[in-house]
Amino acid sequence: MELDPLLLSRIQFAFVVSFHAIFPVFTIGLASFIATLEGLNYRTRNPVWERLATFWAKVFAVVFGMGVVSGIVMAFQFGTNWSVFSHTSANFLGPVLSYEVVTAFFLEAAFLGVLLFGRNKVPRGVHFASAVMVATGTFISSFWILSANSWMQTPAGVEMVDGFYHVVSWADAIFNASFWPRFFHMALASFLTGSFVVAGVSAWYIMQGREVETHKKALSMTLWFLLIATPAQVVIGDIHGLNTLEHQPTKVAAMEGNWETGGNVPLLLFAIPDQEAQTNHFEIGIPNGASWILRHDAEGVVPGLKDVPQDKQPPVAIVFWAFRIMVGIGLLMVVFAVVGLFLRRNENYAKKRWFLNGLRFMSFSPFLAVLAGWFVTEVGRAPYLVYGQMTHAEGLTPSLTGGMALFTLIGYIVVYALVFTAGSYYLMRVLRDGLEKSETTVTDDELQRAKRPLSAANSAIEWE
Amino acid sequence: MSEPVFDLTYIWAAIMAFGVIMYVLMDGFDLGQGILFPFAPDEESRDIMMNSVAPVWDGNETWLILGGAGLLAAFPLVYAVFLPALYIGVFLLLAGLIFRGVAFEFRFKARTSKYLWNWAFAGGSIVASFAQGAVVGAYIQGFEVENMRYVGGALDWLTPFTVLTGLGLVAGYGLLGATWLILKSEGKTQAWAYKITPPLLVAVLVVFGAIGLYTPYVDQYVSSRWFDEISIAWILPVLVLLCAIRVYTSVRSKRDGSPFVATMGMFVFTYLAMLYSKWPYVVPPDYTFHQAASAHESQLFLLLGLLFVIPFVLVYTAWTYWVFRGKVKAGVGYH
Ligand code: HDD
Ligand code: HEM
Ligand code: HEM
Repeated sequence: MELDPLLLSRIQFAFVVSFHAIFPVFTIGLASFIATLEGLNYRTRNPVWERLATFWAKVFAVVFGMGVVSGIVMAFQFGTNWSVFSHTSANFLGPVLSYEVVTAFFLEAAFLGVLLFGRNKVPRGVHFASAVMVATGTFISSFWILSANSWMQTPAGVEMVDGFYHVVSWADAIFNASFWPRFFHMALASFLTGSFVVAGVSAWYIMQGREVETHKKALSMTLWFLLIATPAQVVIGDIHGLNTLEHQPTKVAAMEGNWETGGNVPLLLFAIPDQEAQTNHFEIGIPNGASWILRHDAEGVVPGLKDVPQDKQPPVAIVFWAFRIMVGIGLLMVVFAVVGLFLRRNENYAKKRWFLNGLRFMSFSPFLAVLAGWFVTEVGRAPYLVYGQMTHAEGLTPSLTGGMALFTLIGYIVVYALVFTAGSYYLMRVLRDGLEKSETTVTDDELQRAKRPLSAANSAIEWE
Repeated sequence: MSEPVFDLTYIWAAIMAFGVIMYVLMDGFDLGQGILFPFAPDEESRDIMMNSVAPVWDGNETWLILGGAGLLAAFPLVYAVFLPALYIGVFLLLAGLIFRGVAFEFRFKARTSKYLWNWAFAGGSIVASFAQGAVVGAYIQGFEVENMRYVGGALDWLTPFTVLTGLGLVAGYGLLGATWLILKSEGKTQAWAYKITPPLLVAVLVVFGAIGLYTPYVDQYVSSRWFDEISIAWILPVLVLLCAIRVYTSVRSKRDGSPFVATMGMFVFTYLAMLYSKWPYVVPPDYTFHQAASAHESQLFLLLGLLFVIPFVLVYTAWTYWVFRGKVKAGVGYH
């Protein structure tokens, strides 16, 4: 069997970036939650907020550390596997990624130390400000990286000169057509991730009867927040989809599983897309649904996949199903937020075990939705790297052989499996220790040790 | 495109050169701790070694990311040739950095599995340092490039010469690590660091000397650069030697700070000599800085931001070192 460096590189990229992605979405959301807690602590001087902030900062530290190591890999992936793409678009991507390093990464690194270890070393105000700075850093980081990604989806502000992109308008290139919907959708996704994890973990403690009053405060906070954020995500998702309809019609066709351009297109709830036969099997759908959503009219014309030749179509089934997973989870999230509102009476949201169990289960859902969403976005862009302009094959490193790609793919899988196992194990340990253990007075040793991510969490790694 | 009013490429070459040496000096001494780790006298010394770099290693590594992103921004051809050419080496480098990074974090929490993280830290640091040294060697050696694309094989970079430069950097980082430890520790750990510094110094001089003699054979350009006419650049190897002597004498007279400073001097002058050897080629043997540069408007756009942001970054960095200044005490950690 001939090893295909292109396919292997795509699998490798999807693997390392997916692995990386799950950490930032959580840290972005959690950083803002911690900053909020620190702010409450600063204003009210109520120790509950300080205890919660300290505990969640420990969780944050572990996840942030994994985000950092996996992120370093990303910075070099473009060059190793997609060197032609990197070189061609370097005039735009280079400055954008460099700005991310100097405006975000250094900022996060510097203030994280103060946030984690500086409570007794700096004035209260400085400590609160550090939490805000870390949260700000995570947003600056998403700003730049999403600008880079959006530009690949909807390139703008550049012209091709002698085979290289040259930037003619930085504003057009950075704030390209799909940037704002993607930025807000992603920002909300991060908030949802942070919130559902906090809600799920708090529910778990409440069920165990541990520190119930304190965790109830956190749960109540997040439930109020979710009441606004979950419907907002549906609305922004809709706007995002309309934006895609305008700029990447083929992707929308794949999301809807629609082959023929035309009106009265149903909203498919279930189908098995068959790319060979260019049709679907076992369709179950709501008549005219897709036309309504996309055009607000039963007759509305929805683009079809057959508008482009088969080799220019993305893998339909992946896009189709990933989209359904994301939207399904999004709607389920709304349901949980609304049910939470109804359970406000008598603080039932902290008493009903079925609800608390549901929340525990839901703490995994945002990660799934985020990965599904990225798969829609990225696989739906196929076969293009820069939409409509450069394909995956054109961007691939020419000297890359199948054997080399396979070697590193297996390498990354092994390395990440080890790191992930150790990391999750450690995270579970921090969670199991909970609020109670996290405040046993920090010893001098631990206090002094580091201004480094994982060291903030000081539980031992083995079982006792 | 309009013709640029002035040429930013030299400024960018200077910025990148600065970024690289910042990275080498800063991450060098903390990679050095990992390199020396297996030889440390006892667990307590290992704790001190790790504690001495724990607060800063993460920031140090950010310079590497800046190096990667900065190359893409200012000299994309370098980025697009070096990374494919060094594909396997880059993977080893990254894997090393990952293991070493998590080892940092987990070793302090571990009890029965502590030895595992000791090995992860040492192994990761050694592999990462070796890979970086091999990159330097590969740069001197040059790349097979056609039409701005790397066309060589997966392991072309791995030659006796690059193995030598790889070992050279491992030894060099080891020396930086040892002299850093002299500065940051006391008691038996410091005594050990004092003891290993002279042999490490000899090892470094031998390997650097071998590299110096070997290089002109590997690359014709380098030899004509140095031997065709004797230039002022010959002062650089002399300065390296003077720094080496300074390391030795200050170790003899037990001056805590000087060995580290002098070792940094050795690195800086060696680095300058290497830049001189290849100037103005940045993707040897074919491409110069100018040919590898990105578009003027991209260089300008990033430069304006950097001029504003980098001073802040340097202030944070200095501040971090200041917060964690002083000796690391056994069992106590920082003050
Ligand atoms: C929307 C958010 C987001 C997305 C899509 C990405 N990242 Fe990321 N990245 C972050 C948000 C983030 C972050 C929240 O800023 C992290 C997480 C932990 C951290 O230190 O910063 C981070 C860390 C991080 C680091 C380590 C920084 C450090 O050492 O402090 C690097 C080098 C990258 N990323 C690079 C990338 C690349 C090349 C990506 C594209 C493929 C990418 N990231 C996708
Ligand atoms: C962090 C969240 C992200 C996730 C989970 C993600 C996921 C994916 C997936 C699944 C693919 C494979 C598509 C396919 O091969 O059909 C892909 C491709 C790609 N993405 Fe992303 N992506 C993310 C962010 C980004 C960003 C921010 C950029 C650019 C700045 C980017 C650049 C690319 C490139 C260059 C490819 C082509 C390689 C390939 O097809 O595998 N991605 N991504
Ligand atoms: C039911 C509501 C939702 C709708 C209608 C929706 C819509 C969309 C659409 C149309 C895209 C593809 C954009 C493109 O063309 O590339 C997308 C991408 C994405 N979605 Fe959603 N979404 C919803 C819910 C969610 C939820 C709940 C999450 C996560 C918590 C999420 C996370 C993402 C992510 C991470 C991406 C990829 C990045 C991007 O392109 O923004 N979405 N969404």
